[in-house]
Amino acid sequence: MIHFDKVSKIYTDKSVALEEISFSIEPKEFVSIVGHSGAGKTTLLKMLLAEESPSKGKIFFESTDIHSLSKTQINEFRRKIGVVFQDFRLIPNKNVYENIAFAMEAAGRTDEEIEADVPHVLELVDLSKKIWNFPHELSGGEKQRVSIARAIVNQPDVIIADEPTGNLDPLNTYDIVQILKKINDLGTTIILTTHNKGVIDSLKKRVLTMENGRIIRDDKEGKYII
Amino acid sequence: MWIKIKRVIRAGFFSFWRNGFISLSSILVMVVTLFVIGSTIFSGVILRSTLDQIKEKVDINVYFLTTIEEPEVLSMKENLEKLPEVAPPIVYVSREDALAEFQKKHENDEITLQALDELGANPFGATLNIRAKEPSQYESIAKFLESNNSLSSDGEVIIDKVNYYQNKDVIDRLTRVINSANKLGLILTILLIGISILITFNTIRLVIYMSRDEISVMRLVGASANYIRGPFFVAGAIYGFISAIVTLILFYPITIWLGGTTENFFVGLNIFHYYANNFGQIFLIIVGSGVFIGAVSSYLAVRKYLKV
Repeated sequence: MIHFDKVSKIYTDKSVALEEISFSIEPKEFVSIVGHSGAGKTTLLKMLLAEESPSKGKIFFESTDIHSLSKTQINEFRRKIGVVFQDFRLIPNKNVYENIAFAMEAAGRTDEEIEADVPHVLELVDLSKKIWNFPHELSGGEKQRVSIARAIVNQPDVIIADEPTGNLDPLNTYDIVQILKKINDLGTTIILTTHNKGVIDSLKKRVLTMENGRIIRDDKEGKYII
Repeated sequence: MWIKIKRVIRAGFFSFWRNGFISLSSILVMVVTLFVIGSTIFSGVILRSTLDQIKEKVDINVYFLTTIEEPEVLSMKENLEKLPEVAPPIVYVSREDALAEFQKKHENDEITLQALDELGANPFGATLNIRAKEPSQYESIAKFLESNNSLSSDGEVIIDKVNYYQNKDVIDRLTRVINSANKLGLILTILLIGISILITFNTIRLVIYMSRDEISVMRLVGASANYIRGPFFVAGAIYGFISAIVTLILFYPITIWLGGTTENFFVGLNIFHYYANNFGQIFLIIVGSGVFIGAVSSYLAVRKYLKV
């Protein structure tokens, strides 16, 4: 489904963010990517989202080379991927409903679909009561659940979660991981990056370990080993 | 398509309303800009009307010798009326009329009247008052009077003096002063308008800078560039529109307050009457500039954050 083919990213001659990375991710997989800060995790995700282009190599989504897409095609491609960030990135002057509705509007869905789907995903992340609240009225865990709801509302093929638990306490971390697992069980591919050993060890899913821009381990039921 | 436009406009209104304080500050800055633009219109009108009024006041008075008889003056008048530069009618003041006018003017001034009586004869010559169609044509009319045409049929001098050359200096100088004031004013206002547009642009850029995360999120959920830009564009236009209305309201008391002063000082132009009579045009200019500046600033400012 996703295939990195000898991808390198070199910013200047000395700064190599990624070096000849190759791996594949199958549909419905739950893959965690671990590594120190600066190991290249975020660069890798940015390339998958077509935010940055590789210096060498190709990235395929299904059979299309992502970086050969036009701007309009990139917009359409991004609607197949849901993104969850460490810092939530909710739109501050929109309430919970509108934050999620916005992603659907961007995808060109009708008002009827939006009115039906938004409450439904909020139920999935257990946040129905806060539908009319603004982001500043929510706790960190709640914000992250809104951000997950926004990521899944367009029923994407893949969810990318970039250190989604980095700003959360253990209880909220546990909740968020459970939600991600539930989404995975429903058939969505999940790519998760994290520094949290507990999360990785409890997941018992595939783990890619990165160091200095390379993948040094790829374990089927991996643990957090650095 | 229609649903997208509806959503963009709605989002624009919401972002305007919910960013209350930021919207307010942008509006204040834009009011200053529009105020400068409005003041430019008014000062231009004042200067132009003053210049016109002064030009109106220019004329040529031809004073004839006291010995000249009426038919000769009238034939001269006829000759002058044939000139293409002369704007009819030429006003003829006979010797008797001139005397009567003088007496009327000094009816409370015994000594002057006595002195006039002692002269015995009427000391006033007949006069012709001539206006040209264009101020620039006075020169040629004056030349015509100077030339042989100013002599009677038997070659005698009939004109005592032509007062054009005395006024000419003063008028020329005033025209120059007003013209250069106009030019300086224009340069200054262009500069001021430029600066205030830049300030407005920067204010809006700051507003959008604060939304840069929002823009990047919109980009990552797959919104198209125009769909992201739309609400900012709409909000910018709203800033402009509201600022324009505020400016137009502000001009109301200000022009009333200045109206009397301008009427006395600038020969009869009441700025408030001008504002009231040309409201439609001024409304269009101010609102148009406001919406244009707001919308274009937003459009350009968002561009920078759309590269993701």
